Amino acid sequence: MAHDQTHDDAPKRAQRDDKDGDYAIVGRSVLINRPRSELFAYWRDFTKLPTFMHAVESVAIGDGERSTWTIKAPAGQHVTLETELVDVIENEAIGWRSTEHSQIKTTGHVTFTDAPAGRGTIVTAEIAYEPPGGDVGRLIAKLFQAEPNIQARHELKRFKQLMEAGEVATGAYTNSTDGEV
Amino acid sequence: MRALTWHGTNDVRVDTHPDPEIINPRDAILKVTSTAICGSDLHLYDGVIPGMKSGDILGHEFMGEVVEVGPKSTLQKGQRVVVPFTISCGKCFFCEQQQYSACDNGNPVVNQDASEMLYGQPMGAAFGYSHLTGGYAGGQAEYVRVPFSDVGPIVIPDGMADDDVLFLSDILPTGWMAAENAQIQPGDTVAVWGAGPVGLFAVQSAVLMGAAQVIAIDHFPRRLELAQKFGAKIINFEETHVREALMEMTGGIGPDAVIDAVGMEAHGWVADNVLDVIKQKMAPGADRGHALRQALLAVRKGGRVSVPGVYGGMLDKWPLGAMMEKGIQIKGGQTHVQKYTADLLRRIQDGEIDTTFLISHRLSLEEAPEGYKNFHDKQNEWTKVVLKPGGVA
Ligand SMILES: NC(=O)c1ccc[n+]([C@@H]2O[C@H](COP(=O)([O-])OP(=O)(O)OC[C@H]3O[C@@H](n4cnc5c(N)ncnc54)[C@H](O)[C@@H]3O)[C@@H](O)[C@H]2O)c1
Ligand SMILES: [Zn+2]
Ligand SMILES: [Zn+2]
Repeated sequence: MAHDQTHDDAPKRAQRDDKDGDYAIVGRSVLINRPRSELFAYWRDFTKLPTFMHAVESVAIGDGERSTWTIKAPAGQHVTLETELVDVIENEAIGWRSTEHSQIKTTGHVTFTDAPAGRGTIVTAEIAYEPPGGDVGRLIAKLFQAEPNIQARHELKRFKQLMEAGEVATGAYTNSTDGEV
Repeated sequence: MRALTWHGTNDVRVDTHPDPEIINPRDAILKVTSTAICGSDLHLYDGVIPGMKSGDILGHEFMGEVVEVGPKSTLQKGQRVVVPFTISCGKCFFCEQQQYSACDNGNPVVNQDASEMLYGQPMGAAFGYSHLTGGYAGGQAEYVRVPFSDVGPIVIPDGMADDDVLFLSDILPTGWMAAENAQIQPGDTVAVWGAGPVGLFAVQSAVLMGAAQVIAIDHFPRRLELAQKFGAKIINFEETHVREALMEMTGGIGPDAVIDAVGMEAHGWVADNVLDVIKQKMAPGADRGHALRQALLAVRKGGRVSVPGVYGGMLDKWPLGAMMEKGIQIKGGQTHVQKYTADLLRRIQDGEIDTTFLISHRLSLEEAPEGYKNFHDKQNEWTKVVLKPGGVA
């Protein structure tokens, strides 16, 4: 009962088959009530990524627009990632991909498009990565609540909160308690 | 500080907790002077709202004095403010539409996961109302941290007593929005299920909005008497067939608009409700929809259904056919409190709205557990409880 596949308008990340070769694709769109240029400028400065990507401990900018990311991994470990910029279009898109000095193979890009009727900007991040240790690695990551898809969703939402409200929401009422969940 | 704390079903206690601190730039800290127990708190007390943790501080209806402000707060120390129960940023798409309770920026992102899965989109945030809405510590406490203090709290003019304005935090705007959602036209009959605090403010609002006839439905005589104060007719559902009465009181067409101010824990010894009670006891996430079902069947063809009563999960035996075949409109939602506070404050100042008639008990914070028990068990006499953390004058 084979039939031709429909080429519908949904992005790859929303399709049931979200694999592209060896890469798994995760991503998400958010509507942010701020102008494109402002959002682009904030994201373009990779040292600010840890303010909304909680898995990223720090980003250091090196030579030739290369950045070194230190990422928290399950069981207190760290993964280092070196990225180079690709396809940067002022106020529209930022892309990055891992270099040969990285422990994981990944590529990502974020686009900024005007939302209709002055609603602000639709920010779409799409990250493709080679799952650490294939599907088993992904399963382990899931156990540690670090499933990349969930992380991507949380990160984009934090970015939204920071850009719109100027701060990331927390339910904590003292500085020594954790305010998420 | 001392704070009313949830420990499990029908188990709330006043415990000692650390004082709240400024965490985000837009925060303020209040010293709470008055805080009320809400019918919504009874859903927590009964354990029918998921996402509660032992140790959570309750309370979403409160006011107090500003004692500390973050660098981006616009409040000043010493100001008296009432705080909306909805925690809303004032900057996002939803806030700009004045759909404050839908704000995406109050609920911490991790907390959004559960409701996003349940409802398709995440819930907004509220004080003291489970981790589904952010896990924020509530205001039934000596002190409380208030996020987005530059846009939420409303400053109260000197000379107005706490009890006159406290209910701007929730039940007055909730009753008002319930009536607004009923889209009242001249000549309308509006029937209100539940003569609790929300229903009573819905009755008062519907009268102010020009309804020709308002009918309150409950089974507690004292609560129904309070509704009569505003000219409402009353139906006691233990003595009367509600639907038949409503038909007979509207010349056989049914009420033009109906308001469900009962919510997920409807009372009533009738078949559908008994089944719902059993289901709710077996698993969280089941609602009891007896009042809403009755309202849907009672409303006239082409009529309007307004649902301020809180539901959280799934319901079966939903009269879907009645909804479609009668051409009914339904509107519900957590209240967009910030949209209404300024206008309602003016109406209180002008003497247009009575806000204190329903307060039956004023207790100290230490007496809060008794307040919960009695507001839950003796609803006829205990119509609204206000707690005074500084002591009852
Ligand atoms: N939408 C919002 O933002 C919002 C805000 C506040 C409260 N609420 C909800 O509104 C509802 C009412 O709140 P409240 O403080 O008035 O609560 P309450 O418990 O004091 O009052 C509920 C009333 O409904 C009556 N009732 C129960 N079953 C009934 C039935 N079958 N027919 C008619 N009346 C019936 C009860 O006797 C009681 O008087 C609750 O569900 C509460 O969670 C919603
Ligand atoms: Zn309330
Ligand atoms: Zn908002």
